[in-house]
Amino acid sequence: MSAAGAGEGAAASRRAGAAGARAGGRGVKGRPSDEAFRALFEPRGVIVAGASSHPGKFGFVSLHNLLAAGYSGRVFATNREGVEVLGVPTARGVEELPDGAADLVFVCTPASANPDLLRACAAKGVRAAFLTSAGYGEAGAQGRRAQDDLVALADEVGILLAGPNGQGVVSTPASLCAQIVAPYPPAGRIGVASQSGNFVSSFLNYAVHSGVGISRAVSAGNAAAVSVPDFLDWFADDPATSVGLAYVEGVPDGRAFAERVRSISERMPLVLLKGGATAGGQRAAASHTGSLATDDRVFDGALRQAGAVRARGVEEAYEAAATFATQPLPKGNRVVVMTTAGGWGVVTADAITTSELELAPLAPDLVAAIDGKLPPRWSRGNPVDLAGGETRDTIPEVLEMIATHPDVDAVIQLGLGIQSNQARMMREGPFYAGQGLERIVAFHERQDARYAQAAADISQATGKPILLATELGVTQPDNPGPATVRATGRLCYPSGPRAVAALEQLWRYGRWRERRGLR
Amino acid sequence: MPDEPAPAAPGGITGTTTLSEAASKAMLARHGVPVLDERTAASAEDAVAAAKALGFPVVLKLLGDRIAHKTERGLVRLGLTGAEAVRTAASALLAAATPEDGDVALLVAPMVSGTRELIAGLATDPQFGRTVMLGVGGVLAEAVADVQLRLVPIERVDAEEMIEDLATQRLLGAFRGEPPVDRAALVDVLLGLSAAAEADPSIVSADLNPLIVVDGRPVAVDALVEVER
Repeated sequence: MSAAGAGEGAAASRRAGAAGARAGGRGVKGRPSDEAFRALFEPRGVIVAGASSHPGKFGFVSLHNLLAAGYSGRVFATNREGVEVLGVPTARGVEELPDGAADLVFVCTPASANPDLLRACAAKGVRAAFLTSAGYGEAGAQGRRAQDDLVALADEVGILLAGPNGQGVVSTPASLCAQIVAPYPPAGRIGVASQSGNFVSSFLNYAVHSGVGISRAVSAGNAAAVSVPDFLDWFADDPATSVGLAYVEGVPDGRAFAERVRSISERMPLVLLKGGATAGGQRAAASHTGSLATDDRVFDGALRQAGAVRARGVEEAYEAAATFATQPLPKGNRVVVMTTAGGWGVVTADAITTSELELAPLAPDLVAAIDGKLPPRWSRGNPVDLAGGETRDTIPEVLEMIATHPDVDAVIQLGLGIQSNQARMMREGPFYAGQGLERIVAFHERQDARYAQAAADISQATGKPILLATELGVTQPDNPGPATVRATGRLCYPSGPRAVAALEQLWRYGRWRERRGLR
Repeated sequence: MPDEPAPAAPGGITGTTTLSEAASKAMLARHGVPVLDERTAASAEDAVAAAKALGFPVVLKLLGDRIAHKTERGLVRLGLTGAEAVRTAASALLAAATPEDGDVALLVAPMVSGTRELIAGLATDPQFGRTVMLGVGGVLAEAVADVQLRLVPIERVDAEEMIEDLATQRLLGAFRGEPPVDRAALVDVLLGLSAAAEADPSIVSADLNPLIVVDGRPVAVDALVEVER
């Protein structure tokens, strides 16, 4: 099966399937060739076609973003008047540009100009095009014809066609930010593909906020020739990407989609957010992407069977993907909660109990070992509530005891940053200098940074997930606790239950693999 | 009603027809779906003999390719505890047949009972094709809406996960003095449905409703298979 899958209307899907069967660089896996994808995600040079000197136009913004993100390859631009834009001299036409210098053309020209543009680009050695242009499949019968013609043309001249009507493409290994919107995210291992450009923005915004970064991101637009599953399929073989994150609305050929998802899930975890799970959402999806209504129970079952991780909302989707990207898969479902205060632990224990994870009883030898580190008022059970009994080294030491115990598969740690929060109040209060509070403030901040670092180190040493959760990651991201979690490259979860939800997704995926004999 | 074509099913299927209960059960049983051990009988005396062979109590139904809505027409007699009761019921059912019903026979089945009812089946989705379904049954089934679906074909592990993913797990454990649901037997039901669909592309849908849990074992008491004409 070739390009059928999410990311196109039914007509476009048939078209893509037909086009895909011909040369056009489609590889054995039913997706465009690796060479074509490399031209899109790791181009040696980029042409912005239709560069504009007006800061409100796509042709300005995309050139701006490309330059501002520090793209390392050569940048060319075309403009009808040949005016300089952002210090880049523009050519009146692609014909004037050097041969073989650019692999990607970023198209901001009107639909009517694009057939000639693609031919000229192909003659210069361009192998991939990203089209922001509207007026295609989303614009009535005439637009659909123009789209079909464009797909056939791209196929004929050997250009991978991404979009049209898309937002752009991001690739951090190439410092590439060819998109008509912000932001440019930090580098990381999450590969994003979306049927809706604004969800690319959402995921990238979370990447900026959390620091857990992105490898590639692409908005499929009308997905005339390359669909969301095509992009994900390539991500699954991409060494820079370790987890896929996708938004889909319509699935015209469900069976082909399910087969692609299965093949992808065997190679990397895939987190999916599906729009149109309800009748109300389906009506909205029909007007947004022309997607047919899908029986959500069937969709859900197909995803479970195919090993994909389904998220119910954008936060859950991002947090699951960020967890896959930064934590090892748990070998089992036995979780221990470690907390410095009671209530957080109780609520997190509730979340674990209603999940498929297990609030593991503490082994007697583990209780005895912790007894040696804490005064007798500690909880002596799971959650391990330190009850304020910790001294300078207790938290990392107890964490290590828990994480190294063979009956424990994962740890969720709560309470990070509270002392630094107090330290901040002292630092900003009227008594800081006069009362000699500098020492205690520095101590608290050092300790919180140390706890966050210890969690990452112990997780790495044991190969077990250790998730740190505190709302301070959201309310006070520069608090030394959450800030250090970020510095270790990991996600600071906004609450215990949110950490539980992410960990449960890892456990379910690991179990799906194990039950099917995959590593 | 029986002569009217069945409504068109999704997925480009133009016309479908529904098999009789006995034919439906026979078709699914061939692929390993465990169905109730039951007999057909042409006369009241045959029915009595069948009931004796199966053991009392039994259920008696009037069977015919053109008979739908057996219950509404009073063509099902439950809990017959002896030979005389079977003979009387059988005669009454045969007498209730109308010329429009075509050829009829009696179905004699053991009377089974259990507190828990499940439903299982096959359905055709316009986008995903044929699916295997497992759900919580009984009168509140629609309100509870606890259903798991997978795409045909399923593997054993998929069937196990369908059971595990039902929300109402407490219903599957030991319940009101009855043992836990035999999950391996339930897996066999689901695998049998998938195998039937794979072997016979004309199957559009199948319903095992109810699938009564009898001493922990799921038993298909009724079955209806819809095939492409």
